[in-house]
This record gives sequence, structure tokens and C-alpha cells, in this order.
Amino acid sequence: MTFRSEHELHRRRFSRNLGLSLTLGAFVVLVFALTVVKVKRGEPMQGYDHVVQPESAPLVEGQP
Amino acid sequence: MSDIVALQGVTDTPHEPGFGDYVQLLKPRVMSLVVFTALVGLLVAPVSLHPVEALSAVLFIALGAGASGALNMWWDADIDALMKRTARRPVPAGKIGAEEALALGLALSGISVVMLWLATNWAAAALLAFTIFFYVVVYSMWLKRLTPQNIVIGGAAGAFPPMIGWVAATGSVSVEALLMFALIFMWTPPHFWALALFMKEDYHTAGVPMLTVTHGRRATRAHILVYTLLLVPVALGVALTSIGGPMTLAVSVALNAWFVRGAWQIWRRDEAMAEADTYAAEKAFFRFSLLYLFLHFAAFLTEAALKSAGFGGW
Repeated sequence: MTFRSEHELHRRRFSRNLGLSLTLGAFVVLVFALTVVKVKRGEPMQGYDHVVQPESAPLVEGQP
Repeated sequence: MSDIVALQGVTDTPHEPGFGDYVQLLKPRVMSLVVFTALVGLLVAPVSLHPVEALSAVLFIALGAGASGALNMWWDADIDALMKRTARRPVPAGKIGAEEALALGLALSGISVVMLWLATNWAAAALLAFTIFFYVVVYSMWLKRLTPQNIVIGGAAGAFPPMIGWVAATGSVSVEALLMFALIFMWTPPHFWALALFMKEDYHTAGVPMLTVTHGRRATRAHILVYTLLLVPVALGVALTSIGGPMTLAVSVALNAWFVRGAWQIWRRDEAMAEADTYAAEKAFFRFSLLYLFLHFAAFLTEAALKSAGFGGW
């Protein structure tokens, strides 16, 4: 004998939770795959990580 | 025990929906058409995307369509409840609250537009945002209850997906994308007016000014014929562009001949004839209209496949 019989309400809640978690999981996988594709393509990227970047320095007259 | 007793009181509250109810809120049948036409628009484009980008683009276009479906159900809950065809939708059926449909629609609209931008380009995302705006504000809020031309102008919302798919791949609009848009745009009125002819009580009960309600059924039959005839050059026009070819043209000629024949039959019938066979010709025309659109886009896709194999195309 079970003390807490499964109610219709529980089933609906479970389906919602399961559906939402699967959807979110799929979304995370998709964003990750998309990121890998974009990064692997090697489009110009620039990280500002305390590295000297001559192209960002202001132009000074008389210097090439 | 007290838990169960307490639960019994709230079992039938409208705010305890299952996952399937949320799926229904996104109009999955409309989404399937959106997925198919957007996918074709994307695949027949001269620029190819990485499969992951293509999958993302189609998914987020479909999500945008679903979001606009949810917003439409939020706005139209009052008239949906009055029509047999729509009374079982989650909001009028009391499974999901109208405010929840609004919140979900807005959230999914934002997610779909931003993600389409990140996955492809800003032009496709802007077109998707405009499509959602057009369907929800221009069609649902403004035109649907105002003018019998609601279907004609509102049909544009359903016509955008292949164009968005094309723009997602190429980054710009071209004549092929415009003609795919025009094909669905011109197809929508005869498709929905045929439905309105045999779902005759629905729109009347809800007070939606469909052509059948405002101008009568004779005028609706004439409009179906005129729009079907106007659709022919558009459909044949797509077949003559770079995404068409001899095979597409042959398919299009056959489909249009059959479609015009159906429209002609509808035009020649009166209400007594239609009542006598329970709207058989109108129902057949409506069913064929779905096949008409599907086969046109299937032909574009097949032509693209043939072209890549060294056959097909002009």
C-alpha cells in the first residue's frame, strides 16, 4: 500500500519538468555545437587579455 | 493523506498544464510548415551553411513562429473559445492562462530572434522579428477583426519563413526569395477562404469579418478563383528563376492546372450544390492546397539536389 498515490497533477507536473529539462539540455548542446563551429572556422577574433596590440594603438604622425 | 485531499481541490485548476499543452500553444502544425519552407529556402540558396548553423537557423525560425502562435492565442482567446475549430486550444480550453501564453510568447520571441542573429546574421534575425510583429500586431491585433482582407494581408506572416531561410544563408534578399514569399502570400487567401466556406458557422459566430461573412459566399467563391488565377504566374515565375528548372516547371504546371480546375469548380457551384454533397469540392480544394504548397517546395529542393548532382536547373 502506498501512502502517496500518484495523482494526475503529479503526472502533469512530471511531464512539464521532464520536457523542460530535455529542452534546456538540447538548447545547451546546440549552443555549444554552434560555438565550436564558429570558433573552428577561425573568424577574426581578438581577446583583450593584457597583451600589447600595436594595431589598437593611436596613430602618431611620422611613424609608419 | 492531507496532501492528497489538498491536491484534489486544485486538480482542475487551469494553471497546472502538462508539457504537451505548451507544445500545443506553439501551434505545432503551423510550425511544421514553417520548418519545411524555411529549410527549403535555406537549402536552395546559393550559399551553404554549416549543418549546425542550418539546423540552428531552422529551429529558431520555427521557435519564432511558435512564439507568434502563443501570442496569437493570448490575444484571440475570446474568439477562439467561440469557434469549434479553435475551442480546444490550450488557452480557451483553460489549460494555460492567457498571461502565461503572453509571457511565453514574448520570451520565446526574444530568444528566437537573438539566437538566429548569433547563429546566422542580423538581417535574418530582423526579418524574423518583423514576421512576429506582423503576425501578432498587424494581423492578430489589427486586421483580423477589422477587415475581410485580413487573410490576404495577414498571409504575409506565413510567407516569410522561406525568405528568412534564404537570408540566413546568403545575408540578403533576392528575386528568388521574394518569389517564394509571393508564392505563399498568394496561396494563403484561396486556402483559407475554402476553409471558411465549409467551416461556415465558426467565423460568423465569432464575429470575425471573413469574406464569407461580410461579402457572402458567392463573392468568396469568385475571390478564390481570381486569387488562384493570380497565383499561377507567381508559381510559374519561381520555376523560371535560378532555383527552378525543367522538372520544377513541369511539376508547377501540373499543380497549377489542377488547382485552377478546383477553383473553377468551386466558382461554378452554389450553396445548394455544396450542401448537397457536404462541401466535397471545397474540402477537396482545401486538402489539395496543402499538397500544392508542399509539392512546390519539394520540387525546389529536388531541383537543387539534381543541380548539385550535375542535372537539373536552367
